Amino acid sequence: MSEGRLRKLIIGDAQADRVVPPSGFTAQLTLFVSGAMAFLAVFALALSLASGRLATRWGDELARAATLRINAPAQQRDAQTQAALTILQQTPGVAAARALSAEEQAALLAPWFGAALSIDSLPVPQLIEVIEGDPGYDGAGLRLRLQAEVPGAVLDDHTRWRAPLVDAARALRRLGAISILLIAGATAAMITLAANAALAANAQVIEVLRLVGALDSYIAHAFVRRFTLRALGGAAVGMALGMLGVWLMPAASNEGGFLTGLGFQGWSWLLPLLIPLLGALVAFAATTRAANKRLGDLA
Amino acid sequence: MIELENVGYNYGGGELLSNLSVKLAPGSFHFLTGPSGAGKTTLLKLCYGALTPTSGRVRAFNMDVQGLDRDQMAHLRRRVGVVHQDCRFLDHLSVIENIALPLTVAGKDLSQEEANLRELLNWVGLSERADALPPELSGGERQRAALARSVILSPEVIIADEPTGNVDWEMSQRLLQLLVELNRMGKTILVATHDMALIRAAKNQVQARVLRISEKRLQLAGADL
Repeated sequence: MSEGRLRKLIIGDAQADRVVPPSGFTAQLTLFVSGAMAFLAVFALALSLASGRLATRWGDELARAATLRINAPAQQRDAQTQAALTILQQTPGVAAARALSAEEQAALLAPWFGAALSIDSLPVPQLIEVIEGDPGYDGAGLRLRLQAEVPGAVLDDHTRWRAPLVDAARALRRLGAISILLIAGATAAMITLAANAALAANAQVIEVLRLVGALDSYIAHAFVRRFTLRALGGAAVGMALGMLGVWLMPAASNEGGFLTGLGFQGWSWLLPLLIPLLGALVAFAATTRAANKRLGDLA
Repeated sequence: MIELENVGYNYGGGELLSNLSVKLAPGSFHFLTGPSGAGKTTLLKLCYGALTPTSGRVRAFNMDVQGLDRDQMAHLRRRVGVVHQDCRFLDHLSVIENIALPLTVAGKDLSQEEANLRELLNWVGLSERADALPPELSGGERQRAALARSVILSPEVIIADEPTGNVDWEMSQRLLQLLVELNRMGKTILVATHDMALIRAAKNQVQARVLRISEKRLQLAGADL
């Protein structure tokens, strides 16, 4: 589209605008539909971004940390812990290894047993926190060595429960992206229907315009401009309400887990601003197509 | 200007016009007459490209009308002023906006044409009714507004379909007067009418030729009218 045509589309031509009679009902429907769709798109976008972040974070953090659990009779526990720490320090790819203190272990168990219980009275295994370096260690090799030298040690690198979580987060992100595409498609479909209805309702007007020498592009333009601006306006309102909704959600916290992280962070607050522009673009394309098809069918 | 060569037209239910040839020379004044349903409106529509002949060819301004695309057709319509039988206005626009519609759709700046527009309204006697809506006009006013709209772009040819169909004798005289004045300004005029009295009245003022459609053919009616 040339610069002149683009300018004309935005600024418009007061005379040309009056040529097509105002159509209150279709106009309101278009506004409502694009507003509702933009509102939904904001949530789909928030969901998609949040699950994407989650997948990355879980993937990253959990992959970098592993736990070594030492199940040994009380009298051997310290010796095995020391042996395991020595092995870990010698293993390439292990950035740090640290035995958790009794207090730390007690804190971990406190949510289940309460703070009053003395941990010494329980056969609690010793935990060693392993932080992986970059590049990481060879898990299988480490397991073999530990098996030979520290029989009570079990290495848990969290893969077992990490993988399905990351998979779920990725699937959620995918669903969010598909939803956005579907919303765009549904908007295009509905605006096409509305534009066709408007073109059909104004068949007489189009006929008169053709008779007095109007070009198809002139007639199409009058309709396209209306629908594009309506979609832009409706989507802007829908987007603002959607963003308000997301903004009002509780801030991300450890207690709330995944649900409270559902929102935008930092620069991603700018992303929803694209939704009205995208809506206008969809409306522009849909109406142009509908108008050209309709006018082409006329004698 | 406009030339029909062996033109035939078939509505699907049989032939309406067949093997019909006519040439509208620049500055000529033609009446087209014939019984109702003989194909007067069809012949006019063939002349300004609203219908495509099923046989033969139509040439306008030395262009083959059948070969024009939609944009070229729109440009042709700007060179041919048409007064339709039922006028065809945009009912949500005022009379003056309707008359200016060909200017609007041609992208002309209306503020520069303001004086012309007022003069034209005055000429057709609608200055007082400029801001009325088309449904509020009487039959004669509608016809005069339609005539004003057809000439706003200074077309070379003016085609009018039963312009006096719904108006009384006095008003049809007035409309005829306007058409005669346009012809004196050098415009080519083609008027379809079944009103013989109107044709007789015109013959006193202008050199008009009368074409009669009869049995699918066009005959040049003699001076005996």
